[in-house]
Amino acid sequence: MLRASSELAARMKEAEGFNAWACFHCGTCTALCPLGYEILPRKLFREAMLGLEDRVRASIPQIFSCLLCRMCEENCPAEVHIAENIRTLRYLINRQEFGLK
Amino acid sequence: MSLPIAPILGILSDNLRKRGSVLPLSKRTATGWARGLGLPRGGETILYTGQMYQMIPALEVMSAQMAALENSFMTRFFGIGRVFNKFVNLSFFMSLSASSEKKRHSNQVLRDIAGLLREAGVEFGYLYEEELYAGALVHDEGMDEVFANHARRVAERLKKQGVRRLITVDPHTTNILRQVYPRYVKDFDIQVQSYLEVLAEAHPEATEPVNGEVVVHDSCVYARYEKMFDQPRELLRAAGLAVRDPELSGKSSHCCGGPLESLFPAEAHRISGARVDQLEAKGKNVVTMCPICKVNLSKAAGNRLIIHDIATTLAACRRQAAPNG
Ligand code: SF4
Ligand code: SF4
Repeated sequence: MLRASSELAARMKEAEGFNAWACFHCGTCTALCPLGYEILPRKLFREAMLGLEDRVRASIPQIFSCLLCRMCEENCPAEVHIAENIRTLRYLINRQEFGLK
Repeated sequence: MSLPIAPILGILSDNLRKRGSVLPLSKRTATGWARGLGLPRGGETILYTGQMYQMIPALEVMSAQMAALENSFMTRFFGIGRVFNKFVNLSFFMSLSASSEKKRHSNQVLRDIAGLLREAGVEFGYLYEEELYAGALVHDEGMDEVFANHARRVAERLKKQGVRRLITVDPHTTNILRQVYPRYVKDFDIQVQSYLEVLAEAHPEATEPVNGEVVVHDSCVYARYEKMFDQPRELLRAAGLAVRDPELSGKSSHCCGGPLESLFPAEAHRISGARVDQLEAKGKNVVTMCPICKVNLSKAAGNRLIIHDIATTLAACRRQAAPNG
């Protein structure tokens, strides 16, 4: 069973600069990402916004793998700030999981 | 698989808080490049190295050691390393084994940058040991509070020194100071420009063609964060070189993989390998404008490519073109 956490979802809503709600799932970002991970970045944002905490936790290596290179963002038709969203996720993970600020 | 993320981030953050840099350097390593140049101390316009070039030789040693540890049983000791690092600066010991040849090379790039600016008639000073690392890596990794405190410390120091304008030498320091500081530091209004922008604005006179051709590798940060990709090409052409673009260039540039070096060395090599193939298809001499791109691509390319720093290339062309030079 997946555990949905309303807390994570709420934090995502509050997080300054997180704007993945504009995404309409065209898949351009994932296709262009040099890392080639299926989850980055589109699916990851969806999981975070739904508050699927365990899934997000399992994706910590991918979240910290992102190059912040903005290849995805440059070509996103919905102008999602993808790199900043990933940074925001890192910030939340650092605080919640790693005890780092 | 990767290296353990939390302890490594912890070490970076502890170093920045306690020692003012993610990779604290001795005064000699940080400022030695300026020896004998007679750069004035301080002033309104400052050449701000942000210590990135100076860190590269030590970072190379570290990343080789980390790559050897990736997936090994040793990774479980990183937690102990972090505790130890709080008391003893671990990176200092690592930097001791950095090769002096590489240190000389990093220093020469900075000397070339200073020389190019002087030749273009730009007046500037340097902060010497007062200069601090700007904090880009800690911001990238999402340690926002540690970053914010550090950014305020840097900004305060600049204000105290009466600095009004910063000329930066690498994309990460340019971006963090120009775009990110104003969001974290109240009333941060210091003008920030990359030396490449400053040189391009000075409209260098075209010199005689030097019979060379270079392939340009854009930095993701310059090209996509700062929309800066025309200036390096203009400068290279004015220096007499023919400029070639690889598949994926300008604002579609392919990353060098460098940002992954500290946590995921194996992945970083995969990305840089792909980029080397694209560059090789267009020529053997590649010009980079970021010390991280340069080190990462050089490692991946082996003997297949010669990777230059744009400052070295521009300075060499000018020397070649100069009468009696
Ligand atoms: S490119 Fe933009 S709109 Fe398309 S899936 Fe990615 S984030 Fe969503
Ligand atoms: S910013 Fe991250 S998700 Fe986007 S293309 Fe680069 S590595 Fe992939």
